[in-house]
Amino acid sequence: MAEKVVEIRDLYKSFGDLDVLKGVDLDLFREENLVVLGRSGTGKSVLIKIMVGLLKQDKGQMNVLGQEVSTLHTKELNELRLKIGFSFQNSALYDSMTVRENMEFPLVRNIKNLTKKEITMRIEELLEAVGLPNTINQMPSELSGGQKKRIGVARTLILNPEIMLYDEPTAGLDPITCVDINNLINEVRERYKTTSIVITHDLTCAKMTGDRMAVLLDGQFSSIGTFEEVFPHAEDKRVKSFYDYNFIES
Amino acid sequence: MAEESDDRKPLLSKKIDKFFTGLADAWNFVRRFWKEVFLPPYEFKEVVHQCYRIGVESLPLISLTGFIVGIVFTNQSRPSLSEFGATSWLPSLISIAVVRAMGPLVTALIAAGKVGSSIGAEIGSMKVTEQIDAMEVSATNPFKFLVVTRVIATTFMIPILVLYTDFVALMGSFLNVNSNELVSLSTFFFQVFESISFLDIWSSVLKSLLFGFTIGIVGCYKGYHSSKGTEGVGRAANSAVVISMFLIFIEELLVLQVVNAIRIL
Repeated sequence: MAEKVVEIRDLYKSFGDLDVLKGVDLDLFREENLVVLGRSGTGKSVLIKIMVGLLKQDKGQMNVLGQEVSTLHTKELNELRLKIGFSFQNSALYDSMTVRENMEFPLVRNIKNLTKKEITMRIEELLEAVGLPNTINQMPSELSGGQKKRIGVARTLILNPEIMLYDEPTAGLDPITCVDINNLINEVRERYKTTSIVITHDLTCAKMTGDRMAVLLDGQFSSIGTFEEVFPHAEDKRVKSFYDYNFIES
Repeated sequence: MAEESDDRKPLLSKKIDKFFTGLADAWNFVRRFWKEVFLPPYEFKEVVHQCYRIGVESLPLISLTGFIVGIVFTNQSRPSLSEFGATSWLPSLISIAVVRAMGPLVTALIAAGKVGSSIGAEIGSMKVTEQIDAMEVSATNPFKFLVVTRVIATTFMIPILVLYTDFVALMGSFLNVNSNELVSLSTFFFQVFESISFLDIWSSVLKSLLFGFTIGIVGCYKGYHSSKGTEGVGRAANSAVVISMFLIFIEELLVLQVVNAIRIL
């Protein structure tokens, strides 16, 4: 059996009176792509933000690479963060910096004694890997939505993370670019041997990228399994309606 | 562990509670600045970059404003002094007014508008587009990179801009005095330096350090705590300017009392 990379047990998180996560349990195994599906506002992004320590749970355990995230001190948390790549929904590229500076930013701050040549080589290699070798001197404002997503992924890969977290990777993109991004997610896993969590409500993305699906409904995972196990013959009406909307009504 | 809920029952009224919570947040923000400013790693390159943006890029506006202030203030003061046949006192009057009050105040107010709003809007937009979160997950301390560097830059650049404004305003005043009273440059500046004291210059510089710190910390605080998308960014920029200006006037008043007390000693 593959090694557990992330172990979530009985996780609770609320914002004021709004209970978002209500006792979430989940395991993530090495080199798998797990897709977390759910409607907007169900706490999918909250879950991965707790994983990198951007938010703290109210109760429960979030164990990542053998460490309980909520108990880590700043230095330990930062060391853990270097092993996790986070691709944000809106790419979150620093808009006052060029693509090169965006990619240099995490690299020069976390890996010392790199020569300029080594830094440039690493950046060029990753831009090549995401299919955008000629954008190195461009500003984020000059890039399309799909290109920004790719650069965002390249920036997170620059520190060789073990785990990749994709927050809505295909949101706001046209169908063809969505397919490109889905292929990129699969290529990243194959090339860099990463373990990934993909947060989405796009079933096409889920089907293309996921080894397992986990559907988050009412603050808990209602179904976990392969695409065929979870969909299309789901007994839970909420899961079924999710599938129907994506593959029948559209 | 758990984040505090916003909808606890208010102790007094929601507005008063919000005001005091805001004060406590601001105090913690200032405390965090003083804690982080001395801890490594130091972002020297970013400090230099911010000094350039805040200092050099403000020069055209500061130059124009300082020059006009010098000319206008000289022009407006002449009729009153000429009634007593004392137009020869113009350089002394202008130098005291410019160095003690107008230079620091005009520079700080312009910087609050230009620099404070830009810091508030920039950090605010980084906050709502998750750029600050992106920095944090890449194991970089965003507070140190964004806040500490900008506050250091404003704190040290505003005094330099103030000295520059003083000089430009005095040059504007000289042109006016020269064309009306035919006073030479050396006579003008001889009178200027005879009128102002070491305390005037030092109090002006120290006051400017305080103004610079205020502009930086308020802009960063409002940006760092902005929310509600683009509307929140606009609000952050606006309130950064309003609060900075308000605090600058209060500080001016307080520093004046202290300097006057020292002058009497």
